[in-house]
Amino acid sequence: MADTHDMQADARKPQVGLFATCLVDLFRPTVGFSAVKLIEDAGCDVHVPMAQTCCGQPAYNSGDRADTRAIAEQVIETFEGFDYIVAPSGSCSSMLKKHYPGLFKGDARWEARATAFSAKVFELVSFLADVMKVKAVDAAFDGSVTYHDSCSGLRELGISKQPRDLLKSVDGLAIKEMKDSDVCCGFGGTFCVKYSDISNAIVSKKTTNIDASGADVLLAGDMGCLMNMAGKLKREGSKIEVRHVAEVLAGMTDTKPIAGQAK
Amino acid sequence: MKLTSPQFKENSARALADQQLQKALLNVQKGFIGKRAAAAADLPEFDALRDNAREIKNHVLGHLDLYLEAYEKKVTEAGGHVHWAETAEEAREIVLGICRKRNAKTVTKGKSMITEEINLNEYLEENGIVPVETDLGEYIIQLRGEHPSHIIAPAVHLNKEQVEGDFRRVHTHLPQARDLTEPTSLLSEAREVLRKRYFEADVGITGANFLIAETGSSVIVTNEGNGDLTQSLGKCHIAVASLEKIVPTLNDCAQILRLLARSATGQDMSVYTTFSTGPRRPEDEDGPEEYHVVLLDNGRSAMLGTEFQEMLRCIRCGACMNHCPVYHAVGGHAYGSVYPGPMGAVLTPSLNGIDKAGHLPNASTFCGRCESVCPMRIPLPKMMRNWREREFERHLTPSAARYGLGLWAFFARRPKLYRFAVSFAMPALSLLGGTGRRIRSLPLAGGWTKYRDFPAPEGRTFLQEWAQRENRKQGAGR
Repeated sequence: MADTHDMQADARKPQVGLFATCLVDLFRPTVGFSAVKLIEDAGCDVHVPMAQTCCGQPAYNSGDRADTRAIAEQVIETFEGFDYIVAPSGSCSSMLKKHYPGLFKGDARWEARATAFSAKVFELVSFLADVMKVKAVDAAFDGSVTYHDSCSGLRELGISKQPRDLLKSVDGLAIKEMKDSDVCCGFGGTFCVKYSDISNAIVSKKTTNIDASGADVLLAGDMGCLMNMAGKLKREGSKIEVRHVAEVLAGMTDTKPIAGQAK
Repeated sequence: MKLTSPQFKENSARALADQQLQKALLNVQKGFIGKRAAAAADLPEFDALRDNAREIKNHVLGHLDLYLEAYEKKVTEAGGHVHWAETAEEAREIVLGICRKRNAKTVTKGKSMITEEINLNEYLEENGIVPVETDLGEYIIQLRGEHPSHIIAPAVHLNKEQVEGDFRRVHTHLPQARDLTEPTSLLSEAREVLRKRYFEADVGITGANFLIAETGSSVIVTNEGNGDLTQSLGKCHIAVASLEKIVPTLNDCAQILRLLARSATGQDMSVYTTFSTGPRRPEDEDGPEEYHVVLLDNGRSAMLGTEFQEMLRCIRCGACMNHCPVYHAVGGHAYGSVYPGPMGAVLTPSLNGIDKAGHLPNASTFCGRCESVCPMRIPLPKMMRNWREREFERHLTPSAARYGLGLWAFFARRPKLYRFAVSFAMPALSLLGGTGRRIRSLPLAGGWTKYRDFPAPEGRTFLQEWAQRENRKQGAGR
């Protein structure tokens, strides 16, 4: 553990290991910094271990259990010392929280370790709302947003009300719900490349609903979904701004959006 | 039906280009989803019933041999016959044998997916027996020489204008001036034609939604009453059912029935729910003289004790396909198998082999909506993943995907090497994005860029920036 010293120094505050997720790390550093700010504002110390890469989901969903397990062991070893492990993604959090223990079924030592680790894993917004009981954030945003419920966060972790409640506390922000906000955007990891025609049909329905909502900004909690919808909106020439929900909650909207023109 | 699952991609491309089909598929999204949600919301114990139903089925699957034996004993006591069929071929022969004994020329059929699974209609026709489908949807697709595209709404891929055209083409003995613009007029027309067929039929064949061990009964649910007429007007009733349809008691059956129609069509109950126990008794006013049950295995017992056992809880309500974004996009025929949608993506490889059905469990976004509405709480995405694992173990996964993922996993397992590699890769990818920060074409990700831009990365990674920030902080603190 790289940050042992700091952790002892600040033992009163919850020590949070930020699992940035590979897509945030590689494509959208702003989300990482937004997550750090939000977790710190909630009264925690944030640590970002350099040994992190990916949660293993691409391998897991492709049927490659051996590689998935190897990646999972490394994630557990890197993060199990923290009080909480938080990720700005429903899908990666769910991988860590819901799917890791099953990878070690029958392996007495690792299964217990994975289960103890999983209990400490939370998706960013649900961590703020459900664990740290944050009721409002200190941010302002002038405009209307529509929120896409990413599938894993919604159906595996029950995230739906938390982001909306926190968004309502953002100064100047209005929520305009889209039709079928809880229907898949067609990303599905490798699905969008392997079955691109079907994925396109699904995301096209999504962008139609996004446009029809009349909102200026599309938000969601998962970079995969966001890149998919942003890519489609860009290709369609839409001006709708696309951002990760954490950026708005943290008030870090001075960066260029994932798609669209910044307001 | 002929399995065309290996052509899933071609099938789905055709389906996506079919404007009429796309319009018809909107009905699945509009109709079923809201009705199910309302029906579930109206019943406070809906979720408790689901838990209970799961336990009932888990219990019966754990003791399947005992319950099947008990069931057979009860059927025999009631004067019926149970025939055990290990394969589709055996089941077809048993049915044909019974029809031959009765000198049957025509058989009526109530909707049954299992007879689709064993290709019964084709087989009877080859052997000189005319099968007549009596469910409206099944009747329509029989006229068209098609197969069901949905397990409870077999003709959901068609619109009423197409049906009108088919009726005018086939029902030439009826006046040409008839009005066929409304669904009810189409129904009346089919009814008029089919009524006669019931009386002509020598044998009536139905499926079974449930088999009850306690009483030896088979149960069918329909909304048109065609199943009842099929099984009670003919002199001989054959119920073809797969062996996982068994439930221990009438009470168990009643509990699962409360979930079935609500999950399927949003009705509290189907219009008709019919329990058949043996042939007519001397005191009965009507009913068949003979009652047969053909119990089909066809690969199901091989699923017991495996990670696919839970699939045998399925009660064929179709809720998973009604809520599946992939099904909404391509419809049932694209799956190229008897059972489409998420349940088919698990069941078809079990029945036909993963080598022939590999696309099906892969063509899912794992959005999990199917599992969230499954009345029997079948973990469909998990089992699709189990199939992908079997595929991967057998090296059936396409090699490009295999190597690509292998490479990713190689780096993901080696954080230092990973950091080193991405410190070169991401700036390069960022440059590709240019000033507009959009990538219109990306090698190896053609499937993505065919339809979407690829959002370009910022260049530096979060971890690089974080490390720099921490270094600066430490420098400042010194």
